[in-house]
Amino acid sequence: MPDLLETPETTVTDLPPGGMILLRGSLADAAFAEVLTGCGISVPGTRQIVPCTVGQVGWMSPDELLVFCEATASADLALRLDAALSGQHALVLRVDDMRARFRIAGPGARVALAKLCPVDMARIAPAELRRTRLAQIPAAFWTENGADFDLVCFRSVAGYARNVLTRAARHTQGIVLP
Amino acid sequence: MLTLTCPYCGLQADETELHGGGEAHLTRFGPDSSDDEFEAYLFLRQNPRGVHAERWRHVYGCGKWFHALRDTTTLQVFGTYPAQTLTPPADLLKAAGVEPAA
Repeated sequence: MPDLLETPETTVTDLPPGGMILLRGSLADAAFAEVLTGCGISVPGTRQIVPCTVGQVGWMSPDELLVFCEATASADLALRLDAALSGQHALVLRVDDMRARFRIAGPGARVALAKLCPVDMARIAPAELRRTRLAQIPAAFWTENGADFDLVCFRSVAGYARNVLTRAARHTQGIVLP
Repeated sequence: MLTLTCPYCGLQADETELHGGGEAHLTRFGPDSSDDEFEAYLFLRQNPRGVHAERWRHVYGCGKWFHALRDTTTLQVFGTYPAQTLTPPADLLKAAGVEPAA
């Protein structure tokens, strides 16, 4: 007998994580930003995730960016960035295998995340990258269309993230975010 | 529930996103100090009932340390400010009704 409260239209799927490059340096430094722009990476504003020619780039902290690109392009891009940033106080690290990526899609995506994160989910707008606590683990999520969310967390806790997200997405009907 | 605004990401971060770091604005006493000074630096804290400057880390967010001035009795938060600050800002102290140390 089907559970009438279940809302299977909200789904949690594993995405291939793709290429990811960690960039550290002073984002306020014009020379640093200039090198990044030259490599096709724009510098996003505080807590923003913006598209760029290589993919997307997200603001992680005042001295850290996370570049999302094609898995096949990351090795080349990391080498290019490393060479371009030589002599500057900066770090380029290829972290393709560091994080797992999920997509929470469907009408209950916001409610599912609101159950797990101390975040005012009703106010999360597209292009905001929110690093927060997902139940007991750190995670970051963003939305492109305002409805479906992409989430990254460390790969070592991906199983936990999948479990809590799937469980939270199961019953979302009738819950209204304040 | 304590909610502090992280001065680096501008978020109103919930207490569960943060990690407390104890009393702020300690003066470090290193190898050349006396035993009494070193003991005071390591172990002796104000622990006041009232206005208190504290260190906090936005551990589930940007990962940065910052300072907060709050009242430990009423839990009123007067404000947060960057970690690269040696004393609480005068405007926060005024809001807390505390005379800035000369």
